Amino acid sequence: MSELVLPKINEVTISKKEYIFKNLSKIINPENVLTHSDEIKPYETDALAAYTQTPLAVVMPENTIEVSNILKFCHKENVKVVPRGAGTGLSGGALPLNDAILLSLGKFNKILEIDFENKCVVTQPGVTNLGITDAVKHKGFYYAPDPSSQLACSIGGNVAENSGGVHSLKYGTTTNNILGVEIVMMDGTICRVGGKTLDQEGYDLMGLICGSEGLLGVITEATVKILKNPQVVKAALIGFPTIEEGGNAASEIISSGIVPAGMEIMDKALIEATDNFSKAGYPRDAELLLIVELDGTVSEVDELLNQVSNICKKNNCSSLKLSKDEKERLSFWAGRKAAFPACGAMAPDYYCMDGSIPRGKLAEALLEIKTLSKKYNLPVANCFHAGDGNLHPLIMFDGSNKEELKKTEEFGAEILKTCVRLGGVITGEHGVGIEKRELMCEMFNDKDIQQQLDIKKSLDEKNLLNPGKVYPILRKCAEEGRVHVHRGEEKFPNLPRF
Amino acid sequence: MFTEVKKNSQIFQDSDKTYYPEDEAQVSNIVRDLYDKNSPIELIGTNTKNFIGNKTQCAERLSLSKISGIVEYLPEELYIKVKANTPLEIVETELEKNNQELAFEIVDFGFIKDGKSNKGTVAGYLSCNFAGTRRFKVGSVRDHILGFRGVNGKGDIIKSGGTVVKNVTGYDLSKLIAGAFGTLVALTEVTLKVLPKQKSCSTIVVYTEEKKLVNELFEKISSSSSDVSGAVFVPEEPKNEEYKYNKDRVFKFNDLKSNRSFLAIRVEGDKVSINEKIKKLNQELELDKLNTTILDLHQSIPFWKKINSLELFNQTNNNLLRIVVPPSSSIKLIQNIENKFKYYIDWCGSLHWVEIPSSQNIKIKEIKKITQDLGGYLTIIKKSEKFDFEETVFTVNETRLLISEKIKKSFDPKRIFNPGKMYRGV
Repeated sequence: MSELVLPKINEVTISKKEYIFKNLSKIINPENVLTHSDEIKPYETDALAAYTQTPLAVVMPENTIEVSNILKFCHKENVKVVPRGAGTGLSGGALPLNDAILLSLGKFNKILEIDFENKCVVTQPGVTNLGITDAVKHKGFYYAPDPSSQLACSIGGNVAENSGGVHSLKYGTTTNNILGVEIVMMDGTICRVGGKTLDQEGYDLMGLICGSEGLLGVITEATVKILKNPQVVKAALIGFPTIEEGGNAASEIISSGIVPAGMEIMDKALIEATDNFSKAGYPRDAELLLIVELDGTVSEVDELLNQVSNICKKNNCSSLKLSKDEKERLSFWAGRKAAFPACGAMAPDYYCMDGSIPRGKLAEALLEIKTLSKKYNLPVANCFHAGDGNLHPLIMFDGSNKEELKKTEEFGAEILKTCVRLGGVITGEHGVGIEKRELMCEMFNDKDIQQQLDIKKSLDEKNLLNPGKVYPILRKCAEEGRVHVHRGEEKFPNLPRF
Repeated sequence: MFTEVKKNSQIFQDSDKTYYPEDEAQVSNIVRDLYDKNSPIELIGTNTKNFIGNKTQCAERLSLSKISGIVEYLPEELYIKVKANTPLEIVETELEKNNQELAFEIVDFGFIKDGKSNKGTVAGYLSCNFAGTRRFKVGSVRDHILGFRGVNGKGDIIKSGGTVVKNVTGYDLSKLIAGAFGTLVALTEVTLKVLPKQKSCSTIVVYTEEKKLVNELFEKISSSSSDVSGAVFVPEEPKNEEYKYNKDRVFKFNDLKSNRSFLAIRVEGDKVSINEKIKKLNQELELDKLNTTILDLHQSIPFWKKINSLELFNQTNNNLLRIVVPPSSSIKLIQNIENKFKYYIDWCGSLHWVEIPSSQNIKIKEIKKITQDLGGYLTIIKKSEKFDFEETVFTVNETRLLISEKIKKSFDPKRIFNPGKMYRGV
């Protein structure tokens, strides 16, 4: 990987680490202060496993007051702090720093209140995304945002990254599904924002915190909205002979007034990869595969499926299957959910990119990626959350070949720049972290970035909370930024990534 | 600097000391000068909601009304990009051509101010972040902003967000701008998410005065999978002739007995799914045991417009409060209001609109305390002319005020924009 520039190490902090450990052990139970190299080893990286750093220490507070006291102490002593949820983030947002303590929220793992009357759940940040749905599903409710790592990722991390999922077009991302948060600022101030009301008055601090990647405050509690399950969910699996026809059908579905619960696209390379890997029964002759999921009332879903079928036929689809039952609907998704491991089986390494583009530019983007693939002589497979324009190209390469690694990095950067040129953005859901930090200049000019840094400074004047993330340290547009998976050694190999 | 002063001297300023810049660069130049002069300014659009918030103390005004017009509308991409002070009516008319709409329902404050519709501009509306009846289902105004451009208090042109729904690149400043009452940025361009317009709608009306039953029905509605997009309770009280007359006048519909207390429930979609939803709600709410009627599409559309236009409080000279509490606390709030004040509950917007006569200004304090104790907040939308006691328009605690001051400073270090509009010090 490219050499990573991190904030300059504060030698004073390193020199007084014993003093720091001693004081942290007074603030919280000493057993929750990890300093031995064996203990802190598992915390050296998050799911962007290509980068590792050893933290000064790992602290695991058990309540908000402890978090506040830790931050107060670090603020006073000028010690950097990196917050960490479940460590499933793909952009290196929780990468430790050698002179920073890693603040793990792992012990904040309880659901505090399930309030069906107000349709919300009050939870500690360490509870998993799926844990919330599990807690309310017996009454027919669920939590809508569904990042692919929902089995393991924590709700606090979801708030920090504004996580999405396959249902974002219809149900929004995390920011649209939280009602309140408790945050602790770097100086130890505890602030509660929102609550059980639909929104809040005044500056929308919750909206600011959501997606701030742990730079502005530590999330110690979240109140999230829960929704009633739709009456029925059905899906269609459609193959197209060309990228253009499939892309046009996806655009036409949206412009005809249909809002699918989910709409996914895979290109030929991925159809073959997943079919080889999971025997999903996908149409292998298709150049592009579209999965459209619809939910609502019975007649509504049937009518919409009928409209989707007609649009796809009009756009010359080569195959069309409608799910007859829940089992078949899930089978449509099985291959899609195996997309990442399937790529892992095809090449020693793959880079997963994460850009968003306008839906109508899909064909253009895919054709350009195809051209780039030839230019760099590297295979690429594409999956795309077509409902919300989120593209995940997977570049396959051999990381042991230094020349190929360099080429892959250049290829990846060109893809993300293409996303920006087509009217999109450099990250749809994985976050900027350290991974895409240098590409921020592709989207923002100095004034834009300065405004964001001014906000950071106003809430963390010493720049102690998760420094070195999101914003380019040298403010230059270096060309890097991808998820690197070597020989399938993903940090969380069991999590479906889509 | 000389060039900038020269440029600004060419920007029209009327006798009322109001600047009328015509583009973003002119806004930036004016603000830079104001920054250098330490001179605060009141930001205005078309002045439809200028009665909301505290009065600002500024010698000059910056009208952004000429920064208007549609920049880009891509129906298939579900967004419209407009110059920030484009009137909402123009946006709605343009969207209508493609059967699309702004899914958050606009609360039309024109009726409060002048007795007629006047929705104001995109920037003005976004700055207030007041969404209507569909709020439970689709969120507030802030949930529909994809990106913006504007000028901060130093005169720098800044942008945030984009045109795509999924975007986690940098802080989400669009959220901060929504509801900031023009205290952070002079907006010049806004990108709004749009959605397909609902094909049809129907309204079930349940006649009842029993608050407990109303509350139970509200609870069942919010637990239903029938996708209810509006529910409102309009009581018969306070029992006086003037109110009765006014209510009859506003809600004059063929199939509505407007002299009664009623709960109205809206379902949307195509005709088949509407029938299906009504059938399901009939079972879930056991409507056959109650006195009900149905408003068809032609009655439903104007009915919900009237709810969202606050026509019941047309040109009021009294205080108008917007109260938001957690849904389950609504009944406790109402116990303190019923039979005393004119009100209605827009349940799916989670809004309690309450009118307090000017003779009882002091009651606002009491209601605010109750609201806060219930975990909610209260905004004084309109103050009566005789409002002369110390009570803040917005609800804020000390910690949030402190953080708000810091954020304000990061955008507008010299507090040029709308100083004091929201809180003292902001």
